[in-house]
Amino acid sequence: MKIKFWGVRGSLPSPGPSTVRYGGNTTCIEVRTDNNDLIILDGGTGIFALAQTLLREMPISAHIFNTHSHWDHIQGLPFFIPIFIPGNKIKLYSSFDPVSGEGPERIMNVQMQYSYFPVREAEMKSRIEYLVAMPNESMEAHGATVTPVLLNHPVINLGYRIDCNGKSAFFTGDHEPHTNIYDPGDDGYAEYQSLIEEQRQSIVDALRGVDVLIADCAYTKEEYPAKKGWGHGTFDTSIELALAVGARVLYCTHHEPTRSDDDLEKVFAEALARHADAVDKLDIRLAREGDEIVF
Amino acid sequence: MTEVPTELTRKLSAAVEKMPAFPKSVQRILEITRDINCQPKELVSVIEKDPVMTMKLLRILNSAYYNFPKQITSVNQSVVYLGLNTVKNMALSFAAIGVLPPHNTAGFEVQRYLMHSLTTASIARMLCQKFGGDDTDPADCYIAGLLHDFGKIVFAQFMPEEFQRALAQSHERGTSLHLAEQNVIGADHSLVGAMLVEKWQFPKLLTDTIRNHHGNIPADDVLLSCLFAANQVSKRLKLGDSGNHFVEELPPALMEYFGGDLDDVIVRLGDLTRMVDEAQVFARGG
Repeated sequence: MKIKFWGVRGSLPSPGPSTVRYGGNTTCIEVRTDNNDLIILDGGTGIFALAQTLLREMPISAHIFNTHSHWDHIQGLPFFIPIFIPGNKIKLYSSFDPVSGEGPERIMNVQMQYSYFPVREAEMKSRIEYLVAMPNESMEAHGATVTPVLLNHPVINLGYRIDCNGKSAFFTGDHEPHTNIYDPGDDGYAEYQSLIEEQRQSIVDALRGVDVLIADCAYTKEEYPAKKGWGHGTFDTSIELALAVGARVLYCTHHEPTRSDDDLEKVFAEALARHADAVDKLDIRLAREGDEIVF
Repeated sequence: MTEVPTELTRKLSAAVEKMPAFPKSVQRILEITRDINCQPKELVSVIEKDPVMTMKLLRILNSAYYNFPKQITSVNQSVVYLGLNTVKNMALSFAAIGVLPPHNTAGFEVQRYLMHSLTTASIARMLCQKFGGDDTDPADCYIAGLLHDFGKIVFAQFMPEEFQRALAQSHERGTSLHLAEQNVIGADHSLVGAMLVEKWQFPKLLTDTIRNHHGNIPADDVLLSCLFAANQVSKRLKLGDSGNHFVEELPPALMEYFGGDLDDVIVRLGDLTRMVDEAQVFARGG
């Protein structure tokens, strides 16, 4: 399996001299199975550069799994050139949105409207299929098994586990570990806590034994209290998750848009120092645009 | 009558989607959500006091699109699974439909119905905490109490003329309302409520409890026993009104289970003032 990062930035594209080493594009990850079949995780702005490399492979067959519908995970999709070229086969998966009552088609329909984009969804020339991904319901994609796992974010967010030929990777998308909405003295505290524990355990069970974990590490431990409820994890929560599931490699991603490369390396080093004992068991890396791992 | 005609099921199920929620919860949801830092627990406490909002939320969560490892029976569970912001926006979409009119052509009083549902829910939860043992979740008893008469509000909203005739017949003949509903409508509120939640894939436990709350109550069914007793306590204490003034005594098996008759149960429940006051504030609306 090969994994390549095309976008590692959270929230907003952040080009410029201070982010040139880790990259400014928003989330997009290319996964290749052992047969070189194409799976794409999220369509942030990073997908535009990926699309350029695919032009020499036409016609392509791509399975795109969208973790959630926030802009930084979808805004590159209308610029994913293969959607306009006949002969390409694209399947777009996302969760069903309970507020609008619509599935993945909404991601394209909403963006490709006259006011926002010159081409309408109906004018895409490739064969595009929209499929609703359901939590814990595994799907086949080019011989790989992809299993969505429900995580925690201000919109429904599915993390995806990819298993292929005994190798596995998991991408969280955006995820903040659950917190209790009640105070310790409240009537509902204990009940809510047990629901959270149950959900946490089911996430750990779903990720258990994964080779590569790519996780939302938007904030530092110090920044988190001011950002509680915004739907993102910290370096520390992701390291703890990686240890709990027995991952071999952890990639920290969703870098904060205001964080410079130097600052990113500094806060990363501080997090590693706090988890010095984890380093023996776990290879912890910063996700960097253009980096790839083959395993 | 054990079956509800399929056509009626289809018609009422579609109607409930467009059904407005209760005035107080709509008003509170609009108020609370104006503040980006609104307290999540406050939002939960509003939704779980409204049978219409709760019903709609659980209907979507239990739909085939989510396939959760277990069926969802509480608003708190909904928040853990979907996240606060999604539940908040769902509540806003329910609130956007408008509010249930306080008066309908059936002559069924919406505020008093809500008072009955809320107090039955709270009392059922209290009974479960006191008598229920470890195998029954008090939160399930609360939801069963909140939703047990949902069929009536559906009748009042969507079949007002028939429901008005059933209310009048029950009053004139001195019979229980559900029997009059069977005569006039061809199905009573417990069957219609159960049929709706069954169609929406609510847990079987909840479906059966709603269906059987006017039937024979086996004492080993803790959920049903707590709901039955709570329903009678609420009516005996005249906490609201759900159109049925018939207070049924506890059958012998339930008397044994709760260690006395209805009046003994009321004594053992202790001071209900705070719970009644809170329900009153909410049910009064506007």
